[in-house]
Amino acid sequence: MTTFVLDGRGLKKQFNRRTIFHDLDLRLASHEALAIVGRNGSGKSTLSKIIAGVLSLSGGEVTLARNGERIREEAQLEHVGFVAPYLQMYGEFSAWEHLVLFRKIRGATASDEELAALLLRVGLLGRKDHEVRVYSSGMKQRLKYACALLHRPHLLILDEPMSNLDHEGVEMVLALMQEQLATGMLVVSTNEERDTQFCGKTIDLNVFSDREGRAR
Amino acid sequence: MKSGSSFAVRWLQATSAIFSKDIKSELRTRYALNALVMFVITTLSIILFALGGEAASSELMCGVLWIIIFFSTMSGMSRSFVSEEERGTVLTLQLMTRPSTVFFGKLFFNFVLLSGTNLLSIVLYLVLITNFVVRTPAIFIVVMLLGTMGLASACTIIAAIIAKANTKGTLYPVLSFPILLPLLLTVINGTLLSVEGAPFTEALEEVQILVSYFVVITAVSYLLFDYVWKD
Repeated sequence: MTTFVLDGRGLKKQFNRRTIFHDLDLRLASHEALAIVGRNGSGKSTLSKIIAGVLSLSGGEVTLARNGERIREEAQLEHVGFVAPYLQMYGEFSAWEHLVLFRKIRGATASDEELAALLLRVGLLGRKDHEVRVYSSGMKQRLKYACALLHRPHLLILDEPMSNLDHEGVEMVLALMQEQLATGMLVVSTNEERDTQFCGKTIDLNVFSDREGRAR
Repeated sequence: MKSGSSFAVRWLQATSAIFSKDIKSELRTRYALNALVMFVITTLSIILFALGGEAASSELMCGVLWIIIFFSTMSGMSRSFVSEEERGTVLTLQLMTRPSTVFFGKLFFNFVLLSGTNLLSIVLYLVLITNFVVRTPAIFIVVMLLGTMGLASACTIIAAIIAKANTKGTLYPVLSFPILLPLLLTVINGTLLSVEGAPFTEALEEVQILVSYFVVITAVSYLLFDYVWKD
């Protein structure tokens, strides 16, 4: 059985001279979920992007290991799924074209039937050929879930996971969270208690910065 | 060995996916194509009005051809990265694939786009400018091809750099000029040789410079791109 471990030690992030957080440690193994909470501007999205490997650190390092063996930095993306309200899709492409494109870019093995099942799951199968520019913000958020789950990631990172979603969408995401926990790891960045109900671990970024925004 | 070859196949697959995405996106949005084509037509019209039927020297007309190509490139090439930055899709691409596939996908796209625009410029130029006659087509074709490759390579990395800046429009030609100067001087010389009817062996020095320029710029861009692409 394959086990994954996410390990972050002495994490520090600065934007110019402003320290967002420092001396932050985290550890997450398969079947565990981590909640990142904190007031606006405390660095929740920044930490989420750092864990996803798309934002560089000012200090410390984040590693992802499979069966105790460290995965090379450039190969980590193959194991990460990411959903956030600031993540943008291509307006001129349809949902189906997005999935086909991302499957090819990622080198994923999902069949057309699996892509259709994914779109059915997020409630977009009926609108799969419509350009994303005509989608509502909630539909775009649903598409982001389909794109993030396309390659069956071991680490799913959700920043403000319920943004723009209706009640049915919220239920869908809660079910997806539970499914993710059964197979891999989950990181949820939010201030909503409902979104962190499956999270056994919590990082409160308020602890790492004072009200003037400087690290303690 | 197997993992190495499968990595190469996946890399090529991802790079071609980025390339085909950009081609499809460009055909649907005409983000850069319209700007490039309109610039070529407008500039050529102004040159024709300015000449007023007078015959200018071959040296001058070779330089004017590359002025058209340089500024049309400046008007459209930056879009490849600026459009990703403006639409906020940079993060989406960063999450999908490694930087080198994005760089080479964009490079191939820029090369194809620039080749199309340059072909249009050359055809219009040959038809409309009566005293511009290519006497050694082999030199002309090789210089145009290598010049387009060099332009595409340099413009791709410069576009990636300026996409992060606030003053994108003005910064692009300013930053490009010193980097492209050796290329422009060489292609103008090469084009002049083709117009003067020089044998191909006389243009070998230009060809060597253009090949070296492309290799060096592409290699440096590849090494630099990781730092440019990631915040």
